[in-house]
Amino acid sequence: MKRIKTLQTRDLAKSIQGGCGECQTSCGVANQPC
Amino acid sequence: MIHQYKLNSYNIVIDVFSGSIHVVDDVAYDVIDMYSHTPREEIISSVMKKYANRDDISIAEIEECINDVDTLIREKKLFTDDIFKDKASGFKGGHDDIKALCLHVAHNCNLNCEYCFASQGHYKGESALMSFEVGKRALDFLVENSGKRRNIEVDFFGGEPLLNWDVVKQLVAYARSIEKEHNKNFRFTLTTNGMLIDDDVIEFSNKEFYNVVLSLDGRKEIHDARRPDYSGNGSYDTIVPKFRKLVDARNNQGYYMRGTFTHGNIDFTEDILHMANLGFTQLSIEPVVSPEGTPYALTKEDLPVLKEQYEILANEMIKREEEGCGFTFYHYMLDLSHGPCIYKRIAGCGSGTEYFAVTPSGDLYPCHQFVGDEGYKMGNVFEGVLNQEIKEKFKACNVYSRKECDDCWARLYCSGGCAANAYHSVGDIGGIYEYGCELFKKRIECAIMVKAAQA
Repeated sequence: MKRIKTLQTRDLAKSIQGGCGECQTSCGVANQPC
Repeated sequence: MIHQYKLNSYNIVIDVFSGSIHVVDDVAYDVIDMYSHTPREEIISSVMKKYANRDDISIAEIEECINDVDTLIREKKLFTDDIFKDKASGFKGGHDDIKALCLHVAHNCNLNCEYCFASQGHYKGESALMSFEVGKRALDFLVENSGKRRNIEVDFFGGEPLLNWDVVKQLVAYARSIEKEHNKNFRFTLTTNGMLIDDDVIEFSNKEFYNVVLSLDGRKEIHDARRPDYSGNGSYDTIVPKFRKLVDARNNQGYYMRGTFTHGNIDFTEDILHMANLGFTQLSIEPVVSPEGTPYALTKEDLPVLKEQYEILANEMIKREEEGCGFTFYHYMLDLSHGPCIYKRIAGCGSGTEYFAVTPSGDLYPCHQFVGDEGYKMGNVFEGVLNQEIKEKFKACNVYSRKECDDCWARLYCSGGCAANAYHSVGDIGGIYEYGCELFKKRIECAIMVKAAQA
């Protein structure tokens, strides 16, 4: 696309397929690696 | 829902429910801004009029841009619907496993910081040290209640945990002795003011703690004014060489310098840069949360200054990265492609459900910021969680349970914010801390801009 650059992001809808709880506890929700 | 903003010459569009982020030019920015409420012909005429003096903008160009927006909508990357709302309660209430404990191994401190949320370390109670027996029971409690989760976490906290260092080491040794048998992986962290760091602490920490938090407020005059010892002496000159030695010994990895800024240093970027100039590269500084009227409390008038500071910080980070002397800022460490799943984003920190604070006597609280508030005592490590009513209240807390968040674009980044901050601000864990929201949104805008600059 000429005028729009889309960054690579995790698809939140697909992430439902998530919730294992093995990531770190957060007190930084947004920056937890999965 | 989308959120679009301009920052540092970047035009950014966030699609809230897919998590997609688009960096666009001025024409696309305007097209997207009008797209959902303006007929196509009107978008074209409006954009043509606005850019009449540009030769490169034609009707065909604008139509192509609109078609690209159509494509992104079809691909569910723009203007996506909220498909999570009806499932939200199940995201948090689905299990009762515990994954982390904050062990208050010392309700005591060797510093006398005026802004301390823990009342100089004793949490409005008696000074106390956790015994090995209580700590051991806490670790057993965590293992017993962690279900199938393999990774479980323990943060050694206080007060100042190094005042009870021998017990910390004994507890780590005990945990290591039981983790294989139970198929668990303990991840230990330590939060310290640094005064008692010595070679033994450095060697042990670098072997056993996957992260350490080192309290430093930045510039010497700022730090010493806020973090003196009980004789009134500043602590900067004592701790900085110790921090430097500890960080060097762990190859500059797995730590955070963690400062607090107050009304006295709303130019906090100077404190971050001071830490960077000392050679520390993993940095964090947080706004003080304190009752209105205290001399160090942040004010409404401070807010625009603080927002500008976050922008200055972001630009400085980009500049230093290009110069080969970059550093990380905790709140700008977004992991866009491997970040948290939607469950995590909706449920938030897990306080009171999967995360608890344990006092020196073994009492359980929803998190470290509730310790000392008897109304939030939930049980103890010997008998378990006894106050199910509090647990249910925390379980019901999620980003969709706060009506103030209904129209907020940042909700899946902040997960509804901090329950303790809300409680201390408006008296309700289900409320919001509005001042914190304002700062959070600015930080996320800056963080995404930094990512756009690095893309």
